[in-house]
Parts: sequence; structure tokens; C-alpha cells
Amino acid sequence: MSAKTIIHGIYNDEEKLKEGAIQLRSARIRVKEVFSPFPIHGIDPIIGVDRTWISICCFIYGLTGMSLALLMTWYMMVGDWPADIGGKPSMAFYMAIPAFIPVTFESTVFCAGHGMAITFFLRSWILPGVSPKNPDPRTTDDMFLMEIEAKPEDESRIVAMLKASGAAEVNVK
Amino acid sequence: MDTSGMNLTYILSPKTKNICLTLIGVGLVATIVGIFHGTADPMHTQRIWSNIWLDIFFFFSISLLATFFYAVQYAAEAAWAVAYKRIMEAVMKFLPVGASLVFLYCILGVLGVHHTWKWLSPTAVAADKVLQNKSAFLNPTMFLGLTFLFLLAYVSYQRWTCKMSLEADAGGDGVKYWKMNQRKAAIFLVFFGFTSVVGSWFWLMSIDAHWFSTLFGWYVFAGQWIGAIITFNLIGLHLKSKGQGEFLNDSHQHDMGKWMFAVSFLWTYLWFSQFMLIWYANLPEEVAYYKARWDDYRGLLWTMFFMNFSLPMLMLMSRDAKRNRTFIFIVGIVIYFFHWVDTFIMIMPGSIGAGGHIGMIEIGMFMAGTGGFAWFVLAQLAKAPLLVKNHPYLQETLHFHI
Repeated sequence: MSAKTIIHGIYNDEEKLKEGAIQLRSARIRVKEVFSPFPIHGIDPIIGVDRTWISICCFIYGLTGMSLALLMTWYMMVGDWPADIGGKPSMAFYMAIPAFIPVTFESTVFCAGHGMAITFFLRSWILPGVSPKNPDPRTTDDMFLMEIEAKPEDESRIVAMLKASGAAEVNVK
Repeated sequence: MDTSGMNLTYILSPKTKNICLTLIGVGLVATIVGIFHGTADPMHTQRIWSNIWLDIFFFFSISLLATFFYAVQYAAEAAWAVAYKRIMEAVMKFLPVGASLVFLYCILGVLGVHHTWKWLSPTAVAADKVLQNKSAFLNPTMFLGLTFLFLLAYVSYQRWTCKMSLEADAGGDGVKYWKMNQRKAAIFLVFFGFTSVVGSWFWLMSIDAHWFSTLFGWYVFAGQWIGAIITFNLIGLHLKSKGQGEFLNDSHQHDMGKWMFAVSFLWTYLWFSQFMLIWYANLPEEVAYYKARWDDYRGLLWTMFFMNFSLPMLMLMSRDAKRNRTFIFIVGIVIYFFHWVDTFIMIMPGSIGAGGHIGMIEIGMFMAGTGGFAWFVLAQLAKAPLLVKNHPYLQETLHFHI
């Protein structure tokens, strides 16, 4: 473990950080993480973050919610005890299905929304009682931090590159 | 970004003209064949008239909703759509023609030339208690007066804003023009919001004069809104196929794809809300509308509903699909047709009864209308540069990236 050094480049301008990241990447140095008070437009491809899978997760949660609602309404209103409400046909599911569409819609949205939020919290490990991974509290205010994990022999080169690209502060741990 | 290297002059090429002419020609031949073929049908004359109304209304409302969408961009201070501004204006320029045709058709109705609106005939009203009770609103004076007022206001806004767009190009303070436009757009949107609903009662809902539905206006115009968005998309694709429109990047295409997807859901939501509430409540005066469609137009009704709902949902859900121009083209063409079928189902059961179907006359007039509309709109597109100048959001739209 001692073989790795953690370098923090702290910027006060996200455009300078992007420039610095591009230079590091072109020198084949991996940027481990970027901490920022707001989403930086276009940072993902620069630091090599793949496109998120959360939309596909959302689709699967939505399908789950839809299936659960259809199963629930079928079981309650047709399968277990055919309920006649307002003279609507209840002996076959397809005949009464318009009545079940609103609840199916709501359940789809509920499962998709909550599933996606929970997935996001788990993936980012933002949970109650978890200590924040954020290395510097200033990145929640007005500073942008780039974290690099490097071999000790690369340290001076990386520090020089960060400073040259306009980092306000470089910390080595 | 520098726009000087872009070819911003659109020329309506002979090839495009020939495609439009072929559509018009084939459409007219099919219509004439249909007209001579079906004379045994007692509703034959009214069927021809109803089809004329169907196509007038369809293309009129596409240009009206294009105007609405254009105004929304100002009210929302949206920058991305500035690249589509001239395309929208080309579609909007059909509005004066469409509005004139709508008004002409309404006058012919009042004169008794056709019987699309049964409540316009005094004998029908005299024999019908429900129509008598509705006659404070459904009478020729209100009909022509409000139609004229609404159309005049829509056309005035459209002509003013298209004129201002060219004036701002000629040099001048872009921000000043933008602010003027925003104020007028907000006023237009409020006016449009109320009057389009009332207009839909007159123009479509009162064809089934006994029936009423509170969300009918939104449902009609949500459908036509998709028509307007598809038209913008198709013109954008047409420009790309000619090697023009470099200012329309993948992010613009993505956003237009999102609009097609989202408004399809708005339409589905409204269609289904109207259907489900009427089906559930089962009140005789409301159910009559769906009874007529259920008995005689069931296949068309459900095909139309599922195509307009499932096709955009399944084909345009992913990000890559919205950026894929082939997907946008196929889905666009198909749901453009099925929104026309939606309008068909709004008009036919009330005006010609159970015998309505899609035959030679319907397809022929629709083809001829599409050809004529496309030619008109593309000819308007050729009259102005494809991209605005001096617009405060011009650079933002050229660098648009999502």
C-alpha cells in the first residue's frame, strides 16, 4: 500500500481543472476522482468515466413496478375474489384493465423513481452513518478537487503538471 | 463558432419538387377515382366534405402548434431551439393559408353547403331539445365570430413574429428584439391556452353535438403538437440529407427526439384519461361518443392508440435512439400518419356515421395535402437564411451540447 501516493490538485475554476485533467490523461496518468460543488459539464469523458447505467436500471425498476401492479390488481380484483364495482366486468382481467391502468402507472413511476434513488445512494455510498469520502470540505463550497493516485516516482512530475495547469493548491499525502 | 463557412441558402431542388408533385398527383388521381367510385353511398358527398375538413384542420393545426411551440421557446428563454428557428418559421408561414381555409370551410357550413356540423341547420335544432339548450353557444354568430377572432389573433402574432425575425437579421439590437418577442409570446400563449380549447369545441367537438368533454381541447392539440414537432424533425433531416444544416448537431436531434417522445406521452395520457373516465363513469350522454367509435371504428381506434403510444415508447426510449436519424425518421412518419388517423376518428363518426373508413378518397386527399403542405413549407424555407443572425442565444445554440 505504501507504493501509492495520493495527490490532490485543488482548483478554483472548473475550466482549469478540465484543462489539467486533459493534460494528465494525455500523459497517461489516471484521474481517480473529481470532487465538485456542482456537476461539471463534459467532465465524464475527460476523466474516463463510462456512461451511467442508471437509466437501464430505471427501465428495469419500471418494468418490475408495472408487473407487480398488474399482478396485484389481477389477484385482488379478478383472481382471488372477482369484485364487481359499478357494474364493471370483473370475470376477465383484460375487460376491466382500463380501471387498473392508473394504479399501474403510479406503481411504475414509484418503483422507477425510488429504485433509481436507492441505486444512486448505494453506488455513491451516500447512506446514513457513512462518513463522507470527500477529502476537503471546500469542494462543497467553491473549490474543485482532482484526486490522483500515483507511484511515488511520478509524484514530482504530476505536481508540476497540476501547478502548470493553474491549480490553486496541490497537496500530497 | 463561425457560421460564415455554412451554406445557409436553401434551394427547393427539382427533385424535392418532383416528390411533392408526385404526392399531389397520385393523391388527386386516387381522390378522383374514389369520388367516382363510391357514389352509391348516401353519405358520399358528406364524406368528401368531411375529408376536406380533416385535411384542412390537420395541416392548419400543425402550423398553429408550430406557432405555439415557437412562442414557448421565447417564454421559456430556451436557447437550444434557436437553431430550429427558421425551420419553425417556415412551418408557421402556412398559418395564414390554413386559417383562411378553416374560416372558408366554416362559412360554407353556415351557408348549408355541407353538413359537417349538424347544429348549424335550423331544422335540426328545431327537432332537438339538447341542441336548443346548447344554442346560446352553438349558434352561427358565435361560431363565425369567435372563429374569426381567434384565427385573426393567431395569424397576427405569427405574421408579426416572422417579420420581426427578419428585421432583427437585417441588423439591429438582437436583445431588444428578443425582449419584444418574449413579451408578445407570453401574451400569445395565454390567449392560445384559452382560445384553442374553445376553438376545439367548435371545430371538432361539436361535430358530435350532443357530446362534451372537458379535456378534449388539450387532447386535440397535444396530438397536433406532435405533428408540428415531427414536421420540424423531418425538415431538419431533409436539410441534413442535402448536406446542409451543419448548425443542427446531435444534441439538437436528441432534444427534438425527446420532444417527440414526451409529447407522445402527453397525448397518450390525455387520450387515455378521457377514455378511462368516460368508460368508468358510464354516463349515457358521455358514452355515446365512444359507443359510435367502439362499434364502427374499433380496429382503427386501437391501432391508432397503440401506434401513437407504443411505437414512440419502445423505439425512442433510449438516448442512442433519439440521436439516430433513421429511428426518428421511421417513428416520425408512422406516428404522423396515425395522428392523422386520430383526427379522422374525431371527425368521421359524428359527420358521416357508421360507414366511414379509410379508402381512396381519404388516402388520396391526405397524400395530396401532405405534398402541398411540404411544397409550401419548403418554399417558405427557401425565402430566408436557414440560421438567424443577431440573436442573443445564437452562439449558445451553436455550442449546444448535452
